[in-house]
Amino acid sequence: MKALVWHGKEDIRCDTVTDPEIQDPRDAIIRVTSCAICGSDLHLFHNFIPGMMPGDIMGHETMGEVVEVGTGVDGKLRKGDRIVVPFTIICGECDQCKRGNFSVCETTNRKKHLADKVFGHSTAGLFGYTHLTGGYPGGQAEYLRVPFADATHIKVPAGIPDEQLLFLSDIFPTGWQAAVQCDIVPTDTVAIWGCGPVGQMAIRSAILLGANQVVAIDCLPDRLSMAEAAGATTINFENESVLERLKELTDGKGPEKCIDCVGMESHVMASWPDTLLDRAKQMMMLESDRPHVLREMIYVCRPGGIISVPGVYSGFSDKLPMGAFMNKGLTMRTGQTHVNRWTDDLLRRIEQGEIDPSFVITHTVPLEQGPEMYQVFRDKRDSCVKVVLKP
Amino acid sequence: MFHLSNIVRSKGDPKLVEGGPSLKRPQDQLARALGWFSIGLGIMEFVAPRRVTETLGMEGHEMMVRAFGVREILAGVMSLSVDKNAGLWARVGGDGLDAAALLSGLTSDNPKKGNIALALLVVGGIAMLDYRVAQDTKPGRPPRNARRKLYPSRSGFRKGLQAAKDRAKEMTQHAAAGVTS
Repeated sequence: MKALVWHGKEDIRCDTVTDPEIQDPRDAIIRVTSCAICGSDLHLFHNFIPGMMPGDIMGHETMGEVVEVGTGVDGKLRKGDRIVVPFTIICGECDQCKRGNFSVCETTNRKKHLADKVFGHSTAGLFGYTHLTGGYPGGQAEYLRVPFADATHIKVPAGIPDEQLLFLSDIFPTGWQAAVQCDIVPTDTVAIWGCGPVGQMAIRSAILLGANQVVAIDCLPDRLSMAEAAGATTINFENESVLERLKELTDGKGPEKCIDCVGMESHVMASWPDTLLDRAKQMMMLESDRPHVLREMIYVCRPGGIISVPGVYSGFSDKLPMGAFMNKGLTMRTGQTHVNRWTDDLLRRIEQGEIDPSFVITHTVPLEQGPEMYQVFRDKRDSCVKVVLKP
Repeated sequence: MFHLSNIVRSKGDPKLVEGGPSLKRPQDQLARALGWFSIGLGIMEFVAPRRVTETLGMEGHEMMVRAFGVREILAGVMSLSVDKNAGLWARVGGDGLDAAALLSGLTSDNPKKGNIALALLVVGGIAMLDYRVAQDTKPGRPPRNARRKLYPSRSGFRKGLQAAKDRAKEMTQHAAAGVTS
């Protein structure tokens, strides 16, 4: 089969690889009908997250049709079923899964010993996302083996196009969880840094959860226009001061809720000296993340407010203003997404026509063009916001 | 490479059959080679500056050679990073400093001036290569003032923004009243 394979930093190729096989009775194999490139795939593209090996198949936003099931799937999936595959692999049986904390499933990371060393305790296995999270082959391919398939799936009905359903795998529940974590009340201003795909989903989620005002921060006019389309007030940080403008929009008090949809690769600008220092340190491997957005959020957030972090951080961040964080009594909530905790509700909202997540797709191309699209997406060429690949 | 990385894969995981074309261009490979060359030269300058100054008849300038070594290492690391273009331009600047330092030693009383002339020739050649590769690896990001598409009609709310806000208000009121929808 064809698959997008990681060969090293900035080197992804469309290779021919052997088809996946059932390895465990709880496995299923799907024929991929649609998959997407996620912003966090770019961290892997840049080799900023440790644990990638040449030959790893990329991709964790995938959906398709079940073509083979193991004997232990217990009738929960059948050949021909149409499923979206959540990016977090879950067993559905461990303590964390029973609490709904699916992204920290205690069972599914098959390289738990590595993750235990790095993170203290292992998190769930993830598709196409380094050997720290299990080294599972990803879904930017023609076929995908879904481990623990009896639990790791979202069954979706026929009659709704892939494009509306695909993002249940990651970015829609990720944006949703980011907003839910903010405990939004109708008087809240929610400020969202980063108007990439997760940021766009977080904007719509904050509106659906009843925020009074949503402020979207980015520097790209295409992405800001998409944010405005959903009713957000926008700040272009290349043209105006984020701190001043947020103060102005909140009567000098700061937003109650802040969401970081940027993560470890924040924008680098000469007028932000901390970003230059972070970039230099990241290059020298003295710091793994560039946490400019975290610093800004802690500084600008209203005392007693909540900071929600769906953006990916991989290791160590320097110069975080913990004094301000502690003295202002802020709360930070973060984590990989507990996808299956939210998908019943989100699927219902899609079915009822409340939201159509396909608004974010700007490019749809065959899988073979995937490697070039990594570059286009990374460089934000051609006003690219979200790429869907068709195997 | 794959034989090694395949060790960490499970038996039924897909294995490479035939590789596809690489995104790496020749200039990217050259940038990488220059990066490693820079690091190698930098380490040599930092560790053995006396060998360098003796070869060039410029004894007494060991501290400068050491500083240049640090500069080479930094430029090399940058050239190997995702910001390789910045690293390559740093190398071009460094080539200028190297040339200036060598010219300062090119005096009539220097018995090793032949070595300096040779070094200048090498620096000139490498500077041309650095400049060429820096030109060829410009980042693919469009310039700030590039014309971009706008998406003013992509709200994602199929029933419109106001309907989404009304629905949110309704849900909030229901939640306050303890009603589930």
